[in-house]
Amino acid sequence: MELVLVLLVLAASAAVISSPLWHRTVSKDAEVGEVAALEAAKAAKLNEIRDTELDFRIGKLSEDDYQALDRQLRAEAVDLLHQLDAARADGGGGSR
Amino acid sequence: MLTLGRASLVLALAVAVVGIVSSLYGARAGRAEWVAVGRRSMYALFGVLTVTMVVLEAAFLRSDFSFRLVASHSSTTTPTFYKLTALWSSQEGSLLLWVWLLSGWASLALAATRKQLREIAPYATAVLLGLGGFFVSLTLVLAHPIQLLDPAPVEGNGLTPLLRHPSMMIHPPMLYSGYTLATIPFAFALGALITRRLDAAWLRSIRRFALLGWLCLGAGILLGARWSWSELGWGGYWAWDPVENASLLPWLTGTAFLHSLMIQEKRGMLRVWNISLVLATGILAIMGTFLVRSGILESIHAFGASTLGIPFLALLGVLMVSSAALVLIRRDELRSEHRLDSLFSREAAFLFNNLALVGLCFVIMWGTFFPLISEIATGTKASVGPPWFDRYTVPLAIALVFLSGIGPAIAWRRATPRNLRRAFLFPLAAAGGAFLVGWAVAGEPKVTTLAMFSAAAFAVAAVGQEFWRGARARHASTGASLPIALATLVSRNRRRYGGYVVHVGIALLFLGVAASSALQDVRDVRLRPGQSVHVKNYEIRYVRATGKLDHEKLSLGALLRVSKDGHHVATLAPSRGYYPSPDARQFGPIGRYFEGEATSEVGLKTGVERDIWTSVEPNIDSFAPMVDGIDRRFPLADAGAQGLLLNVIAERYRLDPPPAGFRMIVSPLVTWIWLGGLVAIAGALIALWPRPERARAWVLAVSKPRLGRAVGRA
Repeated sequence: MELVLVLLVLAASAAVISSPLWHRTVSKDAEVGEVAALEAAKAAKLNEIRDTELDFRIGKLSEDDYQALDRQLRAEAVDLLHQLDAARADGGGGSR
Repeated sequence: MLTLGRASLVLALAVAVVGIVSSLYGARAGRAEWVAVGRRSMYALFGVLTVTMVVLEAAFLRSDFSFRLVASHSSTTTPTFYKLTALWSSQEGSLLLWVWLLSGWASLALAATRKQLREIAPYATAVLLGLGGFFVSLTLVLAHPIQLLDPAPVEGNGLTPLLRHPSMMIHPPMLYSGYTLATIPFAFALGALITRRLDAAWLRSIRRFALLGWLCLGAGILLGARWSWSELGWGGYWAWDPVENASLLPWLTGTAFLHSLMIQEKRGMLRVWNISLVLATGILAIMGTFLVRSGILESIHAFGASTLGIPFLALLGVLMVSSAALVLIRRDELRSEHRLDSLFSREAAFLFNNLALVGLCFVIMWGTFFPLISEIATGTKASVGPPWFDRYTVPLAIALVFLSGIGPAIAWRRATPRNLRRAFLFPLAAAGGAFLVGWAVAGEPKVTTLAMFSAAAFAVAAVGQEFWRGARARHASTGASLPIALATLVSRNRRRYGGYVVHVGIALLFLGVAASSALQDVRDVRLRPGQSVHVKNYEIRYVRATGKLDHEKLSLGALLRVSKDGHHVATLAPSRGYYPSPDARQFGPIGRYFEGEATSEVGLKTGVERDIWTSVEPNIDSFAPMVDGIDRRFPLADAGAQGLLLNVIAERYRLDPPPAGFRMIVSPLVTWIWLGGLVAIAGALIALWPRPERARAWVLAVSKPRLGRAVGRA
């Protein structure tokens, strides 16, 4: 009985580990990966823009600093959007 | 089930090796399927180790004493909850718990990042599996948790009495979760250095795990302190014990990292510093584990001398050398994008906060390892005590609490004099008020105590002001009522406001530490029933002796009545529990109760203003002739007869007790330590809580048109 259980654990481990070698989902995952990374970067950038706006509204940033920072962050966000468009057009190609 | 447990452990090592090789091959050859094999090896490692854990837990639950571990750390009379948790009271079991938690948390981290960090993840996987493989090897070669005991004894030794406390049973898994979670950012940092992917992307992906590790480690430390206060007979919550200190070190560097990480995200600064902090936190987590296991430093928490020291030292050496070498090799790519604009900025406050935290870490590390350092330098082992630690850590802690108020209130980049006035007028007034109140209430306390009161008030006022201003700004822009504005403000900015709540918690915690350590009154006295003693403004009267026998121990104690100005405050019943030594032949059937382990049951009255803490040390020497006589007369007394005889002793103690030794402490604001800890935990949970998908979608929907406009302008 115990031997059967040992063999079951062994078989289950082998199945879990080796499944990427028998299925073709990995390459799709990798394609999605590039887009997902850029999406995460975009979400972080949007949060940063909102954060900066909040700092300005509660008086922690001067008008000049806020404008400069906001402009810079938006430019970075736009750059990310361009990268995202390119990655989607590429089908997720490129490296990150 | 012995075979299944053992086979699972061997399989775990094989799985770790397969995973390391697959991950590295996949990364080098660009074969995503092999990278996935590596990642899935971590899931499988968790699975097979879970099988080992289940086998052992089942053995504990059914008191299967053919397992050596069960026989030595449990008994048929051990309560079920403690049977379940007795596994990690042993060296072997706690190593298994460590690697099981590592594989679980690492599986979660690798699953969460599987669609990101494609280049870094395989190396991180290899590092994490390497650590997992190392710990599995230790259990297989030097501390095997599954060993056969043949013939199996009828009864086990039972769980060490000191560990029979709920918080002590939760404390190790929390601490180990903290340690193992600290290795996740460490592994990703090494991956980032190897692959030269040193932007903020990997930091963003593992930030939650770093925060979760910080939370678990902090909660573990707090549980340990609480256990010490309410369970140990010495009357304190922090003893600067090497193992306690070792757990604090990665927590301090982790705290520093969580702050400086924001500077890298916002300004692209402090890259070398950040990656060094991540690496140091991971290495210190392993070092904390090493200290508990090697027996290299004396500690009540350590497992005693063992053969695990050398492999651990080798691992630490490899980790330190490879980390330092990688940082040095990549130093050009780690150059900062910006410089500090002003000393009056949030970046500068974070930088000073980091210096204070790392300074604390250095001081504590020096004091902890001083016995080893002194032995190497002079040949004589010398150690430093609490006064030495206090001398250096107290000023740094005061500075840290002040900075925890400055950070949230000051502006990024540079603060103008107007900003500074607006940000700090109210907190400074609160600090001044706290100074005066502290002076008036506490008589003539030390300057450092008053400084800590002021720092805590400053931090709480600064953070309170931030909440108020944020809610008011939201109220003005949305028209929502102030409470709704406050709730939405926090829920939309969880990381920021969760962090602020943590600051309040830490300020309250240090307030409690300062008040309780500087203003407490401790009395060690010897009393007979009817006598009393004054501690601070309280009269504590020894009413009568107590004595009882339960199925595991003989308890002798005292009933104390506490009053203030003639009014009853509390009735406390401290006692000393005497657990029998298993060796009845050597010590006699009754004498063995006085030769085994003894623990204190503390009589404790907690309150928001103060705790009244009492312990008792009954004078059992006067019973020695009586116990010897009984043992001589009834050398073969069975369990039933032993019960009767012990009841006679308990009755005799109740009726005619000799003078007993007492430690009595009235300690102000101790409860604020636990309250502050809970507030900090709540803050960390707020910061960790994921944003609901709907809210995220809403944010994106709102931001898109604005970004669209920006695209148009660009």
